[in-house]
Amino acid sequence: MIPVEPFTEQVVFQRPRAMSATPTTYCPGCMHGVAHRLVAEAIDELGIRERAILVAPVGCSVFAYNYFEIDGVVAAHGRAPAVATGLKRTQPDKIVFTYQGDGDLASIGIAEILHAAGRGENLTVIFVNNAVYGMTGGQMAPTTLPGMKTTSSPLGRDTRTMGHPMKMCELLSQLDGAAFIARRSLHSPAEIRRAKKAIVEAFKTQMEGRGFSMVELLASCPTNWDMKPVDALKWIETHMVPIYPLGDYKTRVES
Amino acid sequence: MAKQLMKGNEAIAEAAIRAGVEAYFGYPITPQTELLEYMSKRMPELGRVFLQAESEVAAINMVYGAACAGRRVMTSSSSPGISLMQEGLSYIAASNVPAVIVDVMRGGPGLGNIAPSQSDYFQMVKMAGHGDYKPIVLAPATVQEAVDLTVLAFDLAEQYRTIVTVLLDGMLGQMMEPVELPAMRALPATPPAWAITGAAGRAKNVVVPFRLQADELEALNFDLQRKIADIARREVRFKEYFIDGANADKVHGDRAELIVVAFGAAGRVALSAVKAARQQGIRVGLHRPITLSPFPDERLSQLADEARGFLVVEMNAGQMLEDVKLSVGGQAPVRFHGRMGGQVPMPDDIAQEIEKLDGMTSRPIDHKIEGPVVLRAAVGPARKPETGRN
Repeated sequence: MIPVEPFTEQVVFQRPRAMSATPTTYCPGCMHGVAHRLVAEAIDELGIRERAILVAPVGCSVFAYNYFEIDGVVAAHGRAPAVATGLKRTQPDKIVFTYQGDGDLASIGIAEILHAAGRGENLTVIFVNNAVYGMTGGQMAPTTLPGMKTTSSPLGRDTRTMGHPMKMCELLSQLDGAAFIARRSLHSPAEIRRAKKAIVEAFKTQMEGRGFSMVELLASCPTNWDMKPVDALKWIETHMVPIYPLGDYKTRVES
Repeated sequence: MAKQLMKGNEAIAEAAIRAGVEAYFGYPITPQTELLEYMSKRMPELGRVFLQAESEVAAINMVYGAACAGRRVMTSSSSPGISLMQEGLSYIAASNVPAVIVDVMRGGPGLGNIAPSQSDYFQMVKMAGHGDYKPIVLAPATVQEAVDLTVLAFDLAEQYRTIVTVLLDGMLGQMMEPVELPAMRALPATPPAWAITGAAGRAKNVVVPFRLQADELEALNFDLQRKIADIARREVRFKEYFIDGANADKVHGDRAELIVVAFGAAGRVALSAVKAARQQGIRVGLHRPITLSPFPDERLSQLADEARGFLVVEMNAGQMLEDVKLSVGGQAPVRFHGRMGGQVPMPDDIAQEIEKLDGMTSRPIDHKIEGPVVLRAAVGPARKPETGRN
């Protein structure tokens, strides 16, 4: 009789422990799912799931608390860094992060993000920049590109009357309290891998008590951009990256 | 414990510390700034959290975060700062987390001024934030009462998982009085089970101040309303002076026929006026609500069964007046005397209003017991009492 090799199964890919099995409310082609997964993978790899705390924003990702298997709070529009400050100052041993969109972080919440960074608040910010207000239906955001058409700039963003894009990494990296500030993109597998590394580094910055960390992720919004998902990814590369250059804006090693 | 002389704002801060406040977030604004300054020194000494926020908007959201962490937390501000906090207060209410807010009121509207006022009755008692919710609002009239009510505020906040406001005016915040401070309490050993502390060895906790579906949001509202009703049933507090047999004075008989209603510092001034009017023989008493929310509406309604009339005295244009009128329900006339813009009502002006109320409501005319006229002796010749009572 021919001996039969015992059947072995090796799991090579599965849902991160920090991620819920809940189906998301995000549109087809939306990048929030990818960004969520990267955050969850980073939490798993660093072994911080049981002490991680999410502060969700107002915007499409208001539901983020549903998609992570960690404790979470929903903040008022723009106030996530302040809420995170309250959570972190009273529990310095926890890993507290906000997950915010561009309208939330760069418009209504500009004071809270600047001061959290200025104070060197030891928390992490995941900033998803897709250049529009998604949840309210594609209005002009502070990060909308010059000339870009939105539902509240139907003829395109005219910088003479509507101003210029807010470049948050450039702004925040000027502040002494900021320890790690990086911009990445989600438009290709290679960029997604780089984004993951930056997210891990941001959490490490907090774990080592080095101060404020933020990763800005350039993302698409095919629904509000009125594009096919694949075209939208290409558009990030051709239109967003030139305005929002990728890279590390601040890497401070000491605390 | 021996009494010590303390400024209202600082006494409240020390009372909060002794009640076990674990974190304070605030922003400077007159006339409450000494409270923040006191905390900036004492909290780090005790290894507790103090943070001067970038704005009142940020401060209340930091309070929200710390409250979600299950920590005993507070902020303090004054009227315009409280206006900025209303959105955050609405989130705190929707989330059923405890928080203590001290509002040292000043004159409004707009930038107003820094003089004492009671201009925030509406925005605190009715809540200027969006949605249907009510905090507990405690209104002290002395520095000692401010100390006692601050301790009570933390207890009630945790018991009901609600916002509790200590509402006082700039006069009480700034004045010094002898106070007896409570003993230092131990801090809670562990945060409550619902707190956002990290999902270690348990299912995740979330604090979510919204429900997308109408039926779910209505259910959240029903829960909130049940809590508010429960608080209204159990937590009404007030003080009365010369109103019924138990606390009327021996000279002028048992039951007050006229009721002055005033809270906080206005209540204190009104008490002087009531005493003076009683010297004149007017059967008047003072009802001073301590909980403005829940409002002592049942008690006022009960008093209205027999009272000839009510006089409401406030340092605003008549905000609590509306609640008194609702409680009295048309059973007796309700008059109002209010000063605004940082003006404080004077005892003799209030006494004159009591006389007017007495005149317009007395039946029969000989009802009044004559007594010595001592009013306004200090400010000039006594004015002739108003005639033509009918």
